[in-house]
Amino acid sequence: MKLNVNGSPVDVDPAWQEETLLVYLREALDLTGAKSGCNKGACGSCTVLVDGAPRLGCKTLVKDVAGRSVVTIEGMAAADGTLHPLQQAFVDHGAIQCGFCTPGMVLRAHGLLLSRSRPTRIEIRKAISPNLCRCTGYQQIVDAIEAAADSYPPPQSEPGRSQ
Amino acid sequence: MQPLKQKAWRNDARAKVTGQAAYTDDLKLTGMLHAVPVYADHVHARIRRIATDEAGAMPGVVRVVTAGDCPGSVRFGQIRRDYPMLAEDRIRSHGDVVAVIVAETREVARAAAARVRVDAEELPALLDPDEAMKRSAALLHRSEGSNIVEHHKIRRGDIAEGFGASDFVLEEEFATQHVEHAYIEPESALCVPRADGVMEVHGSMQHPFSTRRFTAAMLGVALSEVEVRNVPVGGGFGGKDDTAAIVCARAALCARLTGRPVKMTYEREWSIRESYKRHPYRARYRMGVGKDGLIKAVEARIVADAGAYCSTTPFVTWRSAVQCCGPYRVDHVHGDVYGVYTNNVFTGAMRGFGSPQVNFFIEQLIDMAAERAGIDPIEFRRRNMLRQGDETITGQVLEGHTVGLGHVLDRIVDELGYADKFARCTRGRPRPAADGSGADEFYGVGLAMSYRGMSLGAEGMDFNAAIVNVQFDGSILLEAGVHENGQGAESTMILLLAEELGVRPERIRYRRSSTSTIPDGGPTVASRATLMGGSAVVDAARKLKGRIAEILAPRLGCAPEAVGFANDQIIGGAEPIGFGEAMVLLFFAKEFPHALGAFKAPDVDWDEATGTGRAYFTWVYGCQAVELTVNAKTGKVTLLGAAAAHDVGRAINPPMVLGQFYGGMAMGIGYALHEEVLLDGGRITNLNLDTYRIPRARDLPEMKGFIVENNDPNSLSGAKGVAEPTIELMAPAIANALYNATGKRYHRLPMKVEVAP
Repeated sequence: MKLNVNGSPVDVDPAWQEETLLVYLREALDLTGAKSGCNKGACGSCTVLVDGAPRLGCKTLVKDVAGRSVVTIEGMAAADGTLHPLQQAFVDHGAIQCGFCTPGMVLRAHGLLLSRSRPTRIEIRKAISPNLCRCTGYQQIVDAIEAAADSYPPPQSEPGRSQ
Repeated sequence: MQPLKQKAWRNDARAKVTGQAAYTDDLKLTGMLHAVPVYADHVHARIRRIATDEAGAMPGVVRVVTAGDCPGSVRFGQIRRDYPMLAEDRIRSHGDVVAVIVAETREVARAAAARVRVDAEELPALLDPDEAMKRSAALLHRSEGSNIVEHHKIRRGDIAEGFGASDFVLEEEFATQHVEHAYIEPESALCVPRADGVMEVHGSMQHPFSTRRFTAAMLGVALSEVEVRNVPVGGGFGGKDDTAAIVCARAALCARLTGRPVKMTYEREWSIRESYKRHPYRARYRMGVGKDGLIKAVEARIVADAGAYCSTTPFVTWRSAVQCCGPYRVDHVHGDVYGVYTNNVFTGAMRGFGSPQVNFFIEQLIDMAAERAGIDPIEFRRRNMLRQGDETITGQVLEGHTVGLGHVLDRIVDELGYADKFARCTRGRPRPAADGSGADEFYGVGLAMSYRGMSLGAEGMDFNAAIVNVQFDGSILLEAGVHENGQGAESTMILLLAEELGVRPERIRYRRSSTSTIPDGGPTVASRATLMGGSAVVDAARKLKGRIAEILAPRLGCAPEAVGFANDQIIGGAEPIGFGEAMVLLFFAKEFPHALGAFKAPDVDWDEATGTGRAYFTWVYGCQAVELTVNAKTGKVTLLGAAAAHDVGRAINPPMVLGQFYGGMAMGIGYALHEEVLLDGGRITNLNLDTYRIPRARDLPEMKGFIVENNDPNSLSGAKGVAEPTIELMAPAIANALYNATGKRYHRLPMKVEVAP
């Protein structure tokens, strides 16, 4: 089976297909940006994007995402190292403290902003609620996501909102 | 959207936002083994035999380690050596570890752990601290002679005289819960037996020197034989000391016994089962008040459940004793604070460290007293609060720094328009909901304020060190005796050094220090990193500047005292010298631009018999307020907003100071309304983050932070600290707001709001 991870095709060894996506990324591909905080789908530290939508790596089996496109935090910045505007906003707004939730939180927010243009602060709070942060109280994370929203093109189809 | 006033500055932000920051479990080494702990399903038992044969025979298992394999001292602790890092003959709590499996893979180790059999004789469990402290109770630690870990007394004035002078006396009882730190990264350790004989420890812990002590004790070696290296840590909040250090020590023992690197990463369930919690308190208070609105006397009896082991209970309960009357003048005080051994999960340091509990009690009592006296609660606070030169309940005169209580209170009251909001509180008579839903709701605001002794106080030796090592190209290496727990301590040290040397922070590289390179400056706890580490950095910078000025003064054509440092230049009478160029000149003068900075805390003193003394060398002051509604039908609490004002001395990295505000307030909101470790007969039943509920983004209101700055001359940088005052006020502020909304008092945490049907 094949996957696309951060823009590169990957042949998945059959031995990994029954594993969770989180373990596969961390152990087989050494992509350790996705973290394990609860292994139960409660903390969101393992969040990655599958075909542009946030998924919990610890609750997703590799075989269930066959042929699909996975983006991890390692795939967010440009090839030359320039941070994605969302990443830069996290840095500038002080949205990072211990940083353990940061990869999952950035990807959760990225998924939101890809599907929704300029969400309200309440929409942002709701969207990032699957992801836990114990350091920041989320205030500066919401600030960062709100500030970064301007840099996203309007999504092609956006249910529930007229442009 | 608010425009961004100032960008945050962090040396580690890029690594963390790109996923490059490698936490302990992200590290892999060739030949690395995996270790997992083995628990026994007992709360209190005498061990007859630990049968490891079956587990040890499983393919892939390299070793099963038990207490008998420990070459050093299997029992250790920060204050008392009562914690068995591996159980010997007794199990005293459900989190005790009886063995560790070391295997080629984590999966094999986990499978083998289930095959260890513990044959033990069940003993009656002592789960109620009030029972455990009775003389007739069985002793949990025979060597201690009593289940009372500690008893702190405050004896001030004459309590009978105080109550005699009172016009009314309030008598109230309160209780608080066990709280889990819930750092998002569970404990992890990677230990490497180095060829030079040193055991190298990489771990998710917040106190490298404590970790080194635990590890050296376990291995039975000198401190120099263990090197604890700092790696990024996914949160601590006081919780990554004992247990995190013990996980490192166990992994080190496995590495020593097998001669291979060993990783031991905890699952969340193990972390919550084994790690220490915030102490639950039970309190009985009597407060005597005059009709002049002045507090005449306070009597307090507080019992803290220490659980099975001592940890930092003596210090936590000491802070509670010192701060048991809040930031108020009280002439007659009789306070008793006990920490008591039980068979519950042990309790220790957690952000706030004994203050969130007592503030929950005293700040409600203040509102109750004000109401009974017929005085506005703000006015009541103003009449009683400590002012410049006043004496605390321990007889300490507050001087040598600005007593900023009035500043923080004024700031909250003014910024929020508090008086108008207070006038609109529903006080038990619901109003139509503001959302137009047709439902009824209660509305209330509430606030609380505190003072907090900074750093360790009379708990311990309080000093810190920093090393500035400028390279001859003008780049700078810095390290200090503080640990990066996520709060931004390294960034603060860099910014302070940049300010002192007049250079760009980008010139400075924080050297990821280890216990083998920087002197032991104590723990990064007690909100002391900026104050103590920062002062050591400033001391190092000033020593270095003095030396540079002496050498370059002749060339600059001025006296050494006239040499200045600004804009990456060294400035005097003549043409300024670029910082890099200046270092080349030092090279040719055969001078090392290197300095060891040290900062010793000013003296404190304490008389344990009477509870008097200069408890802390300086104090911080804070005030927090909250605005909320309660659905009159369902009791659902909606927080509309929360605000905090803290006098931090001086803010070095303001966006990160605000980050501390918000994070502490969020934790305080969880403490007030959501969080509780549930114990059933000594067994924790909510072992993961799906059932132990910390606040999510949707649970929290928009928060405002107001930084109040009164430079503190006790600190070389003027900065004090902010981590802990931010968590100690939300619970009483919410309790007071709930009362102002519903007319009902809540005496227990977390507060379960019930409305009449």
